[in-house]
Amino acid sequence: MAEFHDVVLVGGGGAGLRAAIAIAETNPRLDIAVVSKVYPMRSHTVSAEGGAAGVIGADDSLDEHAYDTISGGDWLCDQDAVEAFVEEAPRELMRLEHWGCPWSREPDGHIAVRAFGGMTKMRTWFAADKTGFHLLHTLFQTSLKYTTIRRYDEWFVTKLLVDDGRVRGLVAIDVMSGKIETILARAVILCTGGCGRVFPFTTNASIKTGDGMALAWHAGAPLKDMEFVQYHPTGLPFTGILITEAARAEGGYLINKDGYRYLQDYNLGTPGPTPVLRSMELGPRDRLSQAFVKEVEKGRTIDTPYGPVVHLDLRHLGERKIETKIPFVRELCQRYQNLDPVTELIPVRPVIHYMMGGIHTDLTGATPLPGLYAAGEVACVSINGANRLGSNSLPELLVFGARAGRAAAEYAANSRPPGDASYALLAQANDERHRLEQLFARTSSGGVRLAALREEMQTTMEESAGIYRMAEPLRRAAGTLCGLRERAAVAAIDDRSLTFNTERLARLELSFMIDVAETIVRAALRREESRGAHQRTDFPARDDRRFLAHSLVHRRSDGGAFVEYLPVTITRWPPAERVYGRAHA
Amino acid sequence: MIEPRIEHPAYTLHHPRWLRQHVSTYWWLSKPSYLAFILREISSVFVAWTIVYLLLAAGAVSQGAVAYADFLDWSSAPAVLTLNVISVGFLVFHAVTWFNLAPQAMVIHAGGRRVPGAVIAASNYAAWAIATALIAWLLLRRG
Amino acid sequence: MRDRITAQSRSTDHITDHITLQVTRYRPEIERETTMQTYEVPCPKDWVILDGLNYVKDRIDGTLSYRWSCRMGICGSCGMTVNGEPKLTCATFLSEYAPGPVRIEPLRHFPIVRDLVVEIGDFMRKLTSVKPWIIRDREREKPLSDGEYLQTPDEMHEYKQFSMCINCMLCYSACPIYGLEPSFIGPAAIALAQRYNLDTRDQGAEERLAVLSEHAGIWGCTFVGECTKVCPKNVDPAGAIQRYKLQAAVESLKSYFMPRGSR
Repeated sequence: MAEFHDVVLVGGGGAGLRAAIAIAETNPRLDIAVVSKVYPMRSHTVSAEGGAAGVIGADDSLDEHAYDTISGGDWLCDQDAVEAFVEEAPRELMRLEHWGCPWSREPDGHIAVRAFGGMTKMRTWFAADKTGFHLLHTLFQTSLKYTTIRRYDEWFVTKLLVDDGRVRGLVAIDVMSGKIETILARAVILCTGGCGRVFPFTTNASIKTGDGMALAWHAGAPLKDMEFVQYHPTGLPFTGILITEAARAEGGYLINKDGYRYLQDYNLGTPGPTPVLRSMELGPRDRLSQAFVKEVEKGRTIDTPYGPVVHLDLRHLGERKIETKIPFVRELCQRYQNLDPVTELIPVRPVIHYMMGGIHTDLTGATPLPGLYAAGEVACVSINGANRLGSNSLPELLVFGARAGRAAAEYAANSRPPGDASYALLAQANDERHRLEQLFARTSSGGVRLAALREEMQTTMEESAGIYRMAEPLRRAAGTLCGLRERAAVAAIDDRSLTFNTERLARLELSFMIDVAETIVRAALRREESRGAHQRTDFPARDDRRFLAHSLVHRRSDGGAFVEYLPVTITRWPPAERVYGRAHA
Repeated sequence: MIEPRIEHPAYTLHHPRWLRQHVSTYWWLSKPSYLAFILREISSVFVAWTIVYLLLAAGAVSQGAVAYADFLDWSSAPAVLTLNVISVGFLVFHAVTWFNLAPQAMVIHAGGRRVPGAVIAASNYAAWAIATALIAWLLLRRG
Repeated sequence: MRDRITAQSRSTDHITDHITLQVTRYRPEIERETTMQTYEVPCPKDWVILDGLNYVKDRIDGTLSYRWSCRMGICGSCGMTVNGEPKLTCATFLSEYAPGPVRIEPLRHFPIVRDLVVEIGDFMRKLTSVKPWIIRDREREKPLSDGEYLQTPDEMHEYKQFSMCINCMLCYSACPIYGLEPSFIGPAAIALAQRYNLDTRDQGAEERLAVLSEHAGIWGCTFVGECTKVCPKNVDPAGAIQRYKLQAAVESLKSYFMPRGSR
């Protein structure tokens, strides 16, 4: 017995909900399912703080937003995608306003914008410092209007069903009952977010385990630019909680153990009393994270039980400014680190924050597999290239969520229901059910705990595929991950219950994470240059001749991986050097 | 097919039985704030009694000096006295809790800005004090 | 270049303080009632209850089920009853309860599915029933190209507080009315309705009134005020409800004395 829906979305965050609404509005006759392993308002979109960029200033232009994005991405962005993105972003953000999103306002009632790292003009819309929270709740509450959207909350997708090269459904575990269910569809859109949890220090929630990336990978879709993982330079050391860029945009300083604003040593401009766009603490994230690593090497960082940190100094801003502009920062520090930024220094270190890479899609969100679409962090269009600018990811959810929704709606409207293929699909679903049942039935053998395997994977990734990379550690990491995959395949779990068995899900998530980690390592090994967030100490220069291209990691039929390259689409901005600290011409 | 360890008939495969949590009859004793709430609600009974009592007093006065003297005698009976003393306690409790809650229930704008909660509560207390003073003066100056 | 990585597992070696957790267990396949299980976990100064639970699941007993995600008090997943009080376990320090033991139970007033996991379908339905979206008359809708609906900071301030709800349901757990009368629509749902009613861009107050002025709507509330006390985001649902009662009473008087047709 299977469910059938015209379009199924996997993931109920910003991209998933925006896509669902887009389908409901474009074609009210289509029947939509949103399948999420958590209730939608728990999706990780909710944690985003800083803002969403969209050109609305009279002195601003789409070309400037595009250029900032492309240069920030170290010229690995597909420029046609970026042009479409910057054009639609303001409209999408305005649509959110019409749906009730409480964007912060100027005194006269117009939308307010603020500065953000990497942007040369002020174009970041914000809702106090809880932009993601308000965005997600606005989208979720608006989605409740549409009767054609049916939600499957707390269903964990384990496999995509592919017939004759087309994706036509999925298999999922209903977490509450443990029952394995099948949903057939004309089109599937993956909006499952990134995979920050393959690293040990991350801002990402526990649910960011790369599920969609692994699902697509197993179904035969390639993963693009996986080696580009973004560190956010200021996260709390134990929990990984993000201290938003806005704290620096309002004037915070990053200082080492000598109280010195060390960023001036790294070609990021000269220190001044007020923040300057694209300079010093408002430079791009990858440059700030690299500066941290260099400071650790020089022994100028502060030691803590959780490793080396630097300090973020907000004391000179004063209590009033902190309370009005960045109250959440103060709240986070007091609640989770037991300190008050008005009077104390905040310990911070780079933490994994975002995956530039993901499932390869075109401008409409379509993957190379017919019937499969992807949008949001799980996808790689690519508009972020080698390094994402802050406040570009929320509009990305909206623009590409809407595009993927519309594209999938059109595809679904023009495609026939599975018909004869249902037999093949249901047989596949049955095989998957058997696989899951056998996996579940496995009793203890070896006593290796899931957590130990997970931590070993995370440590391997941080050591070999962190901020700085080299060939030999990457090669070793690929081997370690292979071994981990085998050990994870025979690991047993304690929990024998079918009802809300989170350990069972954790094991499935671990296998997804190991798959995705391996693609990151392989792509990083093959890219012999340094660009944006991917820095090779053995190849420190950018090599446009060989590598002005996206890496595509494909899955071989034996389970291994091979990498090929896809040239970047250049339209109007030929590659130049990334320069920071100087005023934008 | 996996067979879970079903040791009782209340679970069938893939149909977990949710456990309804029962609320104890004595839920209001489990937290001081719950008890305070119940006392606040009960205080309205005593407010009602006070009104009845005042109506009886007014009635007695209107029927002449003898009726009034009887009323005063009746009022000084231990049972009635105790009841009235308790009622005064509850009246004060009732007034204080509701004045303190008033700002939460009322948002008043004056001159384009919100009146702070403390002001709303304070003006209630002030009005109470003034009314009490006025009535006391009226009653006591008679001699 | 080797970063000195200290994952959670290694960083507990130096910890000498421990605390006992008394955790509710419920496995519908094998028991009819809840039982209690104790675990001993480390208690460093900066660990929250959730860190203790994760330590149990990772190192001691993988069968313990609970929800969590963001661990920064914004997703609303990790609400549980800690020593009798509804709390976000990611925002409550273990050391606050030293020397312990700490009793961790599922959120009250919701059916227990498994261990610390409760069923929240009732809450989700109630949230939807108040129509929590911008409602505008079709003729009064602005095209996107005309830009934003103007809203001053003061106008936003009117509803801002009520928009901060993370749907953690601690308020439902604290509300004795919801416990005694499960049909009560509840604090968060009413606060969300008010968030839209007070938003200058919305014109749907009348539509929401029908749902809210039922007996199980706002009139079920007797202003206990516990919801506001336990809310981790200072939404003040009790305030939202009392204010709305006044509004609803005025509206129903108006509709009685001035029927729609004659207004």
